[in-house]
Amino acid sequence: MRLLRIVPDETKFDFMRFRRISFPISAMLSVLAVFLYFYHGLNFGIDFVGGTLIEVQAKSGHADLATMRTTLGGLGLGDVQLQQFGGEADVLIRVAQQPGGEQAQQAAVEKVRQALGDAVEYRRIEVVGPRVSGELLSMGTVGLFVAIGAILIYLWFRFEWQFALGAMVANIHDIVLTIGFMSVTQIDFDLTSIAALLTILGYSLNDTVVIYDRIREMLRRYKKLPMTDLLNVSINSTLSRSIITHVTVSLSLLALLLFGGRAIHSFTATMMFGVVLVGTYTSVFIASPILIYLGVGIGRAEAADTVEARAEART
Amino acid sequence: MLYFTRWKALGIVATALIVCLLAVPNFFPTETVKNWPVWAQRHLVLGLDLQGGSHILLEVDTNDVRKQRLDAVLDDVRRTLRDAKVGYSGLVKRNDGVEVRIRENFDFGQALSKLRDLSQPLGGVLAGGGQRTLEVTGDSGSRLVRLTVTEPARIERVRQVVEQAIPIIEKRINALGLVEPTIQRQGIDRILVQVPGLGDPQRLLDLLKNTAKLEFRLVDVSMTAQDAVASRPPADSEVLYENHGGQKTPVLVQKQVLVSGDELTDAQAGFDQRTSEPIVSFKFNSAGARKFAQVTQENVGRPFAIILDSGGEGGPEVISAPVIREPILGGSGQISGNFTVETANNLAILLRSGALPAKLTPVEQRVVGAGLGQDSIDKGKLASYAGGALVVLFMFATYGLFGLFANLAVAINVAMIFGILSLLNATLTLPGIAGIVLTVGIAVDSNVLIYERIREEVRHGRSAIAAIDAGFSRALATILDSNITTFIAAAVLFFIGTGPVRGFAVTLGIGIITTLFTAFTLTRLIVATWVRWVRPKTVPI
Repeated sequence: MRLLRIVPDETKFDFMRFRRISFPISAMLSVLAVFLYFYHGLNFGIDFVGGTLIEVQAKSGHADLATMRTTLGGLGLGDVQLQQFGGEADVLIRVAQQPGGEQAQQAAVEKVRQALGDAVEYRRIEVVGPRVSGELLSMGTVGLFVAIGAILIYLWFRFEWQFALGAMVANIHDIVLTIGFMSVTQIDFDLTSIAALLTILGYSLNDTVVIYDRIREMLRRYKKLPMTDLLNVSINSTLSRSIITHVTVSLSLLALLLFGGRAIHSFTATMMFGVVLVGTYTSVFIASPILIYLGVGIGRAEAADTVEARAEART
Repeated sequence: MLYFTRWKALGIVATALIVCLLAVPNFFPTETVKNWPVWAQRHLVLGLDLQGGSHILLEVDTNDVRKQRLDAVLDDVRRTLRDAKVGYSGLVKRNDGVEVRIRENFDFGQALSKLRDLSQPLGGVLAGGGQRTLEVTGDSGSRLVRLTVTEPARIERVRQVVEQAIPIIEKRINALGLVEPTIQRQGIDRILVQVPGLGDPQRLLDLLKNTAKLEFRLVDVSMTAQDAVASRPPADSEVLYENHGGQKTPVLVQKQVLVSGDELTDAQAGFDQRTSEPIVSFKFNSAGARKFAQVTQENVGRPFAIILDSGGEGGPEVISAPVIREPILGGSGQISGNFTVETANNLAILLRSGALPAKLTPVEQRVVGAGLGQDSIDKGKLASYAGGALVVLFMFATYGLFGLFANLAVAINVAMIFGILSLLNATLTLPGIAGIVLTVGIAVDSNVLIYERIREEVRHGRSAIAAIDAGFSRALATILDSNITTFIAAAVLFFIGTGPVRGFAVTLGIGIITTLFTAFTLTRLIVATWVRWVRPKTVPI
């Protein structure tokens, strides 16, 4: 049987040359993402801003959005958004945070239920009060930073500090671009988005670590090889793995995206962008080339003996 | 790398098998599993997003707790000064404390020391630390004594309220006939209630947030209620409202409580024998019955009011204000007050389970209908099968026989995840299913790392067996490093996340552990066995 070879065996692609293009592009995109975050904003879900979310299914099999919009608009609940959600009969209703504390949120649900009556089935009701939403947001943000910090400390112990720093730059780059993506698409930003961001972080690092592992191995083995060549060889020899792994992960994600339903749609869409597009790109074009600028291997040829001694001491 | 002693091989296979077997109870109906030995009953629990149900986070209203505490301090001060025969003026609540002005200079010292005695050491004798319930300060010049409720005392009180509320909530939910509710404290002042599969979430919420303080008081007949509304009610009376099908009529009632709901032993919904209206009948305990008998004896011919404080915004409400026709000596009676069958039932449940010690406010509520839950399960299953099939095909196309090995390892991996989740009685949520699907990706990656390394070693001219051996030993270090980083992310998610996110973190974390296990032992064992049988000259990848 002829086996599939996505990447030819002796690939010698000059990835390092691309750093002159990839770095400016990444910098530009990052700035753009930050700009988007501040001027276009994220579509914060009720988890983080509070409010009410009601998913209904019309019993008749077809929801009349226009009528529902007028009915609910006349309730005096402020901003009420309606959105077709999945099938024809399914409608997602979002009611903005009501002024007047926790009780007022409950009253809003009651009003909507009375207005829509028995014509619909209530599939999901979520009410998040102002205090809880604030806590969830701060906890999510803290979690993200704690995760980055913990992973960095681990990398610092396992590798040299330059690697940890390189991984951190790559990390932040991933997170920033993904947030930019969420801003452009206006995907719901809720608790599961934090989960998605953390998973993207994990995957991207996973990738970066695989290449770093190889770079470290090469550094020990080939002491005279110029740094650029060494990085190129490392990336090329792990390229096949990177691509095969990403194909399999994308296949899993694709299945979730197509069949997983609306409830996890924003989660998988974000993952698809973060893991497949950004994560792979970052480990190859950012995390590895940046090691040159961080001074990995500087003075290696001259100090070959010491490196050798250290490598021996380690094994 | 490719040599296993017989015992080691046996140990690996046995471990994998046992962990996989732990998942077995999930494939049998709950009824069947119940007859199995207890140790074999552990199984996955479906999250509320999958089976439908209510998740309600209640918060103790700290303002209400403070108000109650200050009222109690005010009463204590009044009683203490009266018992000591000390004249005072201007006894008021101010901010977090109570202030009182002692009338005469010569009383001040005695009054201050008596009031100081009101402050108790916090948490009994054992707690130590010198913290007290009240901070008492006096100014001899203005003869003003100030009693402030200390912060630790306030927190302690909130903690007690939560503790008292939990069994009451439990009783109310059980009375609704709901199975397997989870009720737990969260933080200092919150209670998380999770109830799977509920028909009417609104009714549950109504029952949970109702403080249900029942009081029997006399109606003040010294003036009409209308006059009291127009002018001012007498000092020890207040105007409350009775709700007649949306129409509110004022009732002037005395502030003094004759008998309260604490003294009820039972309450049942039923029908009035004459009018066949829904009613709630109740029974007092002996102390309550005695009080009730005495009060009704002394006040025959006068109306009394049955008052319920639901903790809503309208304050206490008069349910009914009947006239006492004859003394009620048996300690039981009935309330009729424009009930429907459901409201009568609700009131009976509330009275039976007792009053909440303070107001509870729902701060977060998530309800998923059973229909949506089933949809999510179906979609999750479909996505898992589709994702699995795609990955299996791709691996086979890429690595042939070794791809099949990998698929076998991944299948065992997934079975082990279910086994461990069952052992932990873990909750499976929709994001949890996503976590499993992603684990498949990670598990496949570990195989890809190994195989790619073997391919490389082959290219470098090693013999088949040497290449396989080197491939494993080099790749495993990388697998460990890369998985630990993902594991850290999962661990952080677990600790900061709630509900669904936590479900995702659990499956992802367990998935990483089983992936490491299979990569380091099982995959190696499979390949090693194959090498021993076939003695290959070339590696077929």
